Amino acid sequence: MTAYSYTIEAVQILLLLFAAPAFAGWVRTVKCRMQGRTYAGIFQPYRDLAKLFSKDVILAENASWIFRVTPYIVFGVTVMIGGIIPLISIDLPFAATADVIALVMLFAIIRFFTALAGMDIGTAFGGMGSSREMTISSLAEPAMLMAVFTASLAANSTSLTQMVHVMAHGEFTLRPSLAFALLAFIMVHLTETGRVPVDNPSTHLELTMIHEAMILEYSGRHLALIEWASMMKLFIFSSLGIAVFCPWGIAASGDLVGMLIGAGVLAAKLAVLGIILVLIETGLAKMRLFRLTEFLGSAFLLATLGMLSFFILE
Amino acid sequence: MTTSFAAQVNSIMAALILLTAFGLLVQRRILGLLHLFAWQGLFLCLSTAIVGYVTGVHHLFISSILTLTLKVIVLPYILYALIEKLHIKKEIETLVNIPATMLIGIALVIFSYHLTAPITQLSTLVTRSTLAVALATVMLGLLMMVTRRHAVTQIIGFLALENGLFFAATSATYGMPMVVELGVALDILIAAFIFGIFFFHINTTFDSLDVEQMAKLKEED
Repeated sequence: MTAYSYTIEAVQILLLLFAAPAFAGWVRTVKCRMQGRTYAGIFQPYRDLAKLFSKDVILAENASWIFRVTPYIVFGVTVMIGGIIPLISIDLPFAATADVIALVMLFAIIRFFTALAGMDIGTAFGGMGSSREMTISSLAEPAMLMAVFTASLAANSTSLTQMVHVMAHGEFTLRPSLAFALLAFIMVHLTETGRVPVDNPSTHLELTMIHEAMILEYSGRHLALIEWASMMKLFIFSSLGIAVFCPWGIAASGDLVGMLIGAGVLAAKLAVLGIILVLIETGLAKMRLFRLTEFLGSAFLLATLGMLSFFILE
Repeated sequence: MTTSFAAQVNSIMAALILLTAFGLLVQRRILGLLHLFAWQGLFLCLSTAIVGYVTGVHHLFISSILTLTLKVIVLPYILYALIEKLHIKKEIETLVNIPATMLIGIALVIFSYHLTAPITQLSTLVTRSTLAVALATVMLGLLMMVTRRHAVTQIIGFLALENGLFFAATSATYGMPMVVELGVALDILIAAFIFGIFFFHINTTFDSLDVEQMAKLKEED
């Protein structure tokens, strides 16, 4: 572990912090274009964040310390997850701290605190949002775990850097198990980042909202941190999908040229992924809450089929 | 195309057949079921063609073309015409709820894997690994016939079961003898016509294609 690899780690975290709003902006821009609306450009999320940071925080009278500390926990854990996933190089000192299973648990910590904060103030919306979020995540988490297990079976390791290494630099084989796992992962991705068939990211104050309902009481820099964290979550989930299922281009070592190529390839992949995401979102209608069990049940089914087909067919 | 690459492509086809079998199990809309059934036929036809190409068993091409015409074009068309004529458009009721059906389906896949594991170890064919998928497709077709109430869906389940049998024949022994395959294909076609006639009769007698209605035919105790 040299100082150089810590520099790479720092660069990656900075990249995550400052590229995530641009990615969110890109998705919004493409979506607006696809739906024939005018768009504010991909830099609008930065302006939103700046505006929120400059505003005062208004706290409800009966807000406890949980409510105040949650934005920082959410933000901090998200940044930590961002330090573990290989974005442009697999030479990451942080990556050894957690494998994919721990990664899923870190996401669970974020969800746990957001749900607690939603209930903390005691408004009807917050409690409703928390209960929905917990229902959905109890179904999404097994599917997510099964999907990453399938991918780690193929790589013989649950460490993300090892998985990327085997996939990107090993021998190429057609794997039906990974195709199943990818489908399941996309469905979990849509769920976890609150995209259309599950939750609508662009609504605020709607009876069907889930994530928005929990953070309805936040304002000022607290809201800014949570919004920023959820943009990073979108970025992280997308790059996690890239790292596990399409890692070609991520540099094997820490040399500068490889990393620059890695950054370029990552940007291109994310741009394509954003378009795919928008196509899914525009093509589907928001699902009824009670149909979500079937949606996530199918995600679990696909992930399990992936795992079974690894044993049967490979 | 090398043999190992062909085996990989064949595995992908097997995976897709399994996926469509599960799709049939969870799909509620009847037109969606027909599309899925046609896709399953297409994957089966491709898989058969690949196996025929790699092994040099040429009558597999004939079975592949038969599959394409019968199961991808003719049968879905006949069923589609029936659905149009009988005005069946609404969502289909299932006996067991869909997530539970999926779990039973997964259990069936594990069961067929367990059942075929010894056979797979003895076999030396390129297609040996797909045998478990074939057996699972048969079981899933059977499960679909059990869990659905509607006559048309039960028929689609039956046809999916037949797809599974055909796939099993290809993966276990590189296909049945030509005569048998021609006979089965003809049987399926005739069966489709007979189903059509039965549908009309059930529909005119009960005003519905729900097979639960047939309980009325029982004599009173």
